[in-house]
Amino acid sequence: MNIPVELKYAASHEWVRYEEGVAVIGITDYAQNALGDVVFVNLPQEGDEVTAGEAFGDIESVKAVSDLNSPVSGTVCAVNEELLDAPELLNSDPYGAWIIKVADVGETEELMDAAAYEAHCEAEQ
Amino acid sequence: MKLLFEKSVAGRRCALLPKCDVEAVDLPKALLRENPPALPELSEVDLARHYTELNHRVHGVNCGFYPLGSCTMKYNPRIDEDMAALPGFAGIHPLAPKETVRGCMEVFDTARKYLCEITGMDDMTFQPAAGAHGEFTGVLLIKQYHKTRGDEKRTKIIVPDSAHGTNPATAAMCGYEVVNIPSAPDGCVDLEALKGVLGDDTAGLMLTNPNTVGIFDENILEITRLVHEAGGLCYYDGANLNAVMGIVRPGDMGFDCIHMNLHKTFATPHGGGGPGAGAVGCKAFLKQFLPASKLMQGGDRIQVRSFMGNFLVVVRALTYLLTLGREGIPEAAENAVLNANYLMQKIKGTFEPAFDRICMHEFVLDLSEYKKETGVSALDVAKALIDYGMHPPTMYFPMIVHEALMLEPTETESKETLDWAAEVFREVYARGKTDPAYLHDAPHHAQIGRPDEVRASRNPVLRYTKP
Amino acid sequence: MSYVPSTPEQRQAMLATVGVDSYRDLYRDVPKEMLLSHALDLPEGMSELEVSRAVSAMAAKNKQFSTILRGAGAYDHYIPAIVKSIPQKEEFLTAYTPYQAEMSQGVLQSIFEYQTMICELTGMDVSNASVYDGATAAAEAAAMCRDRKRRVTLISGASHPETINTVRTYCFGTGDELKVVPIKDGKTDPEALKELLTPEVASFYVQQPNFYGLIEDAEALGALTHAAGALYVMGCNPIALGLLKTPRECGADIAVGEGQPLGLPLGFGGPYLGYMATTQKLMRKLPGRIVGETVDDKGERAYVLSLQAREQHIRREKASSNICSNEALCALTAAVYLAAMGPDGIREVASQCTAKAHYLFRKLTELKGVQPVYNGPFFHEFVTSLPRRDEVLSALEREGILGGLPVEGGVLWCVTEKVPKSELDRAVAIVKEVLGA
Repeated sequence: MNIPVELKYAASHEWVRYEEGVAVIGITDYAQNALGDVVFVNLPQEGDEVTAGEAFGDIESVKAVSDLNSPVSGTVCAVNEELLDAPELLNSDPYGAWIIKVADVGETEELMDAAAYEAHCEAEQ
Repeated sequence: MKLLFEKSVAGRRCALLPKCDVEAVDLPKALLRENPPALPELSEVDLARHYTELNHRVHGVNCGFYPLGSCTMKYNPRIDEDMAALPGFAGIHPLAPKETVRGCMEVFDTARKYLCEITGMDDMTFQPAAGAHGEFTGVLLIKQYHKTRGDEKRTKIIVPDSAHGTNPATAAMCGYEVVNIPSAPDGCVDLEALKGVLGDDTAGLMLTNPNTVGIFDENILEITRLVHEAGGLCYYDGANLNAVMGIVRPGDMGFDCIHMNLHKTFATPHGGGGPGAGAVGCKAFLKQFLPASKLMQGGDRIQVRSFMGNFLVVVRALTYLLTLGREGIPEAAENAVLNANYLMQKIKGTFEPAFDRICMHEFVLDLSEYKKETGVSALDVAKALIDYGMHPPTMYFPMIVHEALMLEPTETESKETLDWAAEVFREVYARGKTDPAYLHDAPHHAQIGRPDEVRASRNPVLRYTKP
Repeated sequence: MSYVPSTPEQRQAMLATVGVDSYRDLYRDVPKEMLLSHALDLPEGMSELEVSRAVSAMAAKNKQFSTILRGAGAYDHYIPAIVKSIPQKEEFLTAYTPYQAEMSQGVLQSIFEYQTMICELTGMDVSNASVYDGATAAAEAAAMCRDRKRRVTLISGASHPETINTVRTYCFGTGDELKVVPIKDGKTDPEALKELLTPEVASFYVQQPNFYGLIEDAEALGALTHAAGALYVMGCNPIALGLLKTPRECGADIAVGEGQPLGLPLGFGGPYLGYMATTQKLMRKLPGRIVGETVDDKGERAYVLSLQAREQHIRREKASSNICSNEALCALTAAVYLAAMGPDGIREVASQCTAKAHYLFRKLTELKGVQPVYNGPFFHEFVTSLPRRDEVLSALEREGILGGLPVEGGVLWCVTEKVPKSELDRAVAIVKEVLGA
């Protein structure tokens, strides 16, 4: 299982990376593996408000659907529209295929570092 | 095989209509479509052969064993079709004057009488077109009841986590917050969990009994009493009524309203996915909330579809009810239960039942140990059964059992068929032990191999487009 | 009588295998006090011959009309013999939902063909495998359009009263508001629509042709709707689409309708068929079953139930609809009907309906006291005033003719291709005689 050390993790299996005050959000290797082949991602629009701990979209595999939770509150400033045509990127490159970028970050969920997240995943299994 | 459109030949047609015998009328050009629809152009013989070929690629319950758990695939009698095709039913306009449709009303009235007696309810509507539609109607009865009493604080519907997915979806369609409660390991209601969520915000409880693993919840009277005590109503999902009709009645279990799937319990054909009929029954105090047809019955009732329901499906169900009658109805239930228990006993020793005890009309096999041992999944086993000409059981339901296969043989299967089915399960079991790869690739002799569902969902092709 | 094949001896042997003495033993989990202590209060079962007599006797109590001049949501079209016979094939008839694609290719392909033909008829991109009927299709379409910000649904007052009532009931369920757009001269009033199109409006539904048979100015209504940022839903009679502008050409985002005219019998109101089609953009919001094309593990073309993540068995309380079936056999019927008609046939049916309805309209309104209630182009239904209405309708009834439906202001008449000119002349003669005109 791939858990890059430079990222922060939410209990609901999203990762966060900060780029000049903007939170970049995606799903982890563990999450994509549990879901199986991703077939569609339901994305918000630029300008939408997101709230820490609440869903901003969802992600579909053939036989399951899972909410995408935002670890932070703020305003969506970019959406990875490439995923609409190529959702399989979430399977092949989960840490490269970011989903949304959030600006004006306010409240933030308590996030884990790589070691804590690895323990969290093991506990879930 | 080719699609209709790929068989189309320009200029070909069927001879169906006479020449128009009145003067043609031209509507204003601005109202007309630019091009005619690109429907296929075929002769009648093309059509007859196309659909015969398609029909050969379908497995119906009248063609072979179909133990699809929770779907009650029993034999569909041919007489039911003859009765539904009578011109005195098929040709009747729903808005014809009342005094000209007495026979249709007699069908509804007689079916209502039978079904109220079977369920212990006081009244019934036939408007809902399917089970899920019946659930929607039933929960709307609950909603109207609370609303009429000014009891607006009741915002929650309780649903066990072993329930059919339609239950929570229905509650949400009725504006309720869904409270999922964990089931006991045997799928029965966990009384403590139930007590923990009941309160003055409880609108009602949706429950299937026998439950979704085929076990009759022996605490049922306590459950309905607790819900009533909290001020909520109890909704009976009639999915599994076939196990208990004529033996025990939902009305006597304490339920206030129920839906039945006439296409399951009362043998009307499923038609590849519909039409069904989801009759909804209720106790007298909810009668005033039943839906009605605005034009046929008048008044200001709720209405869940046009007219009074899938009438011709009700004709079929009534034909079946009249055939079975007083003694045939419990006989069907008893033999549905006997057949399930018999098949479970015969399979035992290979795939193991999730609950090793007397079941109702269906039972669940738990293949998780088998999968650990052989790598062969419930899906692999299901696909292997297809090679024997048997429709696979329901897979991966209920979700509280992992690697579940749910079997419901129904009462219309003979001992010989059940013995054969058990033998097939034994063979598949043994094959998986020695040659798991063979099962991973199953089916081997079907219409198609395993379809690529990921491709279907990622790049949806939902219609034919001319190349 | 029952359909249990096992003999009494076999049943005993099976009970023994299970390890119980009696059937009652199988119900050991049922609390004793709850078991029915008496037989059901119902008649004894019957043989097939007796049942056939009993049910046929009920059918005989209905009056069959040789000519039907009543529509209002249920239309008496000619049903070709092949359209009746194919859905009666044992396999199509008695199969369940095609969950197991490897043994259901016939059902799946027939639905895929149905979806394609609905797209052709409506001009839309994507069709589902059908829903219960036209009214529920309208209600499901309205639900598709609502989101967090836009919760209000508008429906034209010239829609079928039962469609309005059904959409209202679905809105009552979710706690959303439905507003009925007033009518003017029998059609949707565009000025009233404009006023009601506030930023909270999710969608507007118009029926084409409307309940009174009139052809709505659908493009203009669509433009108004879109200008307000709402989605445009059209409920179209599928036979009329043989001639009329498609919903796509009128700018609709969702096309729905009652599919009964496509080869389904009147059947006292059901089973019917709700068709639903939409744009590529709204595809994943479409409720119900959808069949998609893919390939199997050998690369051969195959069909499956697709996009299932939209549905209730996966989304549970988050699904936008609880529907988990379709009217597959009715969709099959409609597909056979459309394929039998072909592009020319469907236009011919529509043209003959139009021509014959206009013929009856002319002949009736020539009679003294019978006047058109509304003006404007119509398809195969129209409203006239009718003096001594009940008397006229009774006289027609005695002669085996089901006259039009009594509505406010007169009678709503309907003529299909099935009625020959001679029958229309006979009907007019009967009306004339009663009116003494």
